[in-house]
Amino acid sequence: MIEIDRVSKWYGSFQVLSDCSTHIGKGEVVVVCGPSGSGKSTLIKCVNALEPFQKGEIRVNGISVSDPKTNLSQLRAHVGMVFQHFELFPHMTICDNLCIAQVKVLGRLREEAMERGLRLLDRVGLKAHAHKYPGQLSGGQQQRVAIARALAMDPICMLFDEPTSALDPEMINEVLDVMVELASEGMTMMVVTHEMGFARKVAHRVIFMDQGRIVEDTPKEAFFAMPRSERAQAFLAKILSH
Amino acid sequence: MDLDWRVFCRDTIDGEFVRGCLGDAERITYLDWLLSAWGWTLSVAALAWIVAIAAGAVVGVLRTTPHRPLVILGNAWTELFRNIPVLVQVFLWYHVIPALFPLLRAIPSFLLVVVALGLYTSARISEQVRAGIQSIPQGQRLAALALGFTLPQVYRHVLLPQAWRIVLPPLTSESMNIIKNSSVAFAVSIPELTLFALQAQEETARGIEIYLIVTGLYFFSALLVNRILHIVEMRLRIPGLIVVTK
Repeated sequence: MIEIDRVSKWYGSFQVLSDCSTHIGKGEVVVVCGPSGSGKSTLIKCVNALEPFQKGEIRVNGISVSDPKTNLSQLRAHVGMVFQHFELFPHMTICDNLCIAQVKVLGRLREEAMERGLRLLDRVGLKAHAHKYPGQLSGGQQQRVAIARALAMDPICMLFDEPTSALDPEMINEVLDVMVELASEGMTMMVVTHEMGFARKVAHRVIFMDQGRIVEDTPKEAFFAMPRSERAQAFLAKILSH
Repeated sequence: MDLDWRVFCRDTIDGEFVRGCLGDAERITYLDWLLSAWGWTLSVAALAWIVAIAAGAVVGVLRTTPHRPLVILGNAWTELFRNIPVLVQVFLWYHVIPALFPLLRAIPSFLLVVVALGLYTSARISEQVRAGIQSIPQGQRLAALALGFTLPQVYRHVLLPQAWRIVLPPLTSESMNIIKNSSVAFAVSIPELTLFALQAQEETARGIEIYLIVTGLYFFSALLVNRILHIVEMRLRIPGLIVVTK
């Protein structure tokens, strides 16, 4: 589903990604973790070409994202993405947030989009808030809407870029619950997160990044039992110590 | 100091008082002239405002696109029009540009002033529009792109509706400025308020009354614009986003 093949990226002379390769199959849930500044957010943004990269190739469903001939809008429309800071559109109601891309990008009828949007909103438990504005919801609620907004586009896979790191602790679980449910339905997911509990529960594989490199790319069980690299061991020890 | 407001009821040619102060087909009072001058002021300002908003919005948007040539073009436009005094720009449009492009000689001086004032103000508005768009978190643009919007759609549906609200307060100042700056039109003989004041006080020797009235009209016009745009601002506010302070 997502093939990342020897991707390197530089900001000026500073290399943020070095020769990253991995493959995420259909229905697979892969958690990407690592210290801040390790390039994990940059890597996930390369997958739907929000960040350009200078070397290597990424194919989503067989389509190269760096090929100038690729219709990026069309590709992105079917790759759901959830951001750290939710990024709901603050000037639209929740309902419009869910509908606008369905109507403007997929060309669905407004009624059809609305029906679909409300069904997904119901699924994330927020149907009663359809006519509010994002600023009137809590962070956890906003992030659930953001997930519903991405799902409304019928994505073939979902990218999560630190979806819970801007949330208050008591709101993290309501978002993770939605993600766990999504994973159990067989959605292909690439998740940048520090939530090791989530990784333990639903991930098939864990990728550990450090200084722009993929240091570890192993099945979940092996990763938690004993990571091969010292850096990953140190990282795990730190993150799980309390 | 004795003020004599009846000066406005005088005929502009023979100085006779006119009953009811407003003239007719044959007689024109200073009040008639004042109202017509006010009309010219508002017309210059309103048309220049349209030019300024249209050009300023387009140039401001260009300067925030990821396309370098467009950014350079927008920057050049802004620097060109905001680094020359507005009075000099009016003279350039009136004296120099028609001399260089004979085709433009047919354009009435009123429209040349509108263009001059409009483009001058567009540079300032483009700066505000650019700042407004750039103050929106980068994540909004990314989220819109990630949903499959094309770049024009990102602007149309996500960035501009937010930027428009951010830019409204400075835009209000700019709209008031354009009314005040329209006084430069007197320099190329547009019969607006300032020219009226200069000529009428010479003819009547009642400069104080005339300047006080003209001052009042400028003040009132600018205040009216301010109030209207303030109402627009309140109407457009987004629930939960901006704390409204009265």
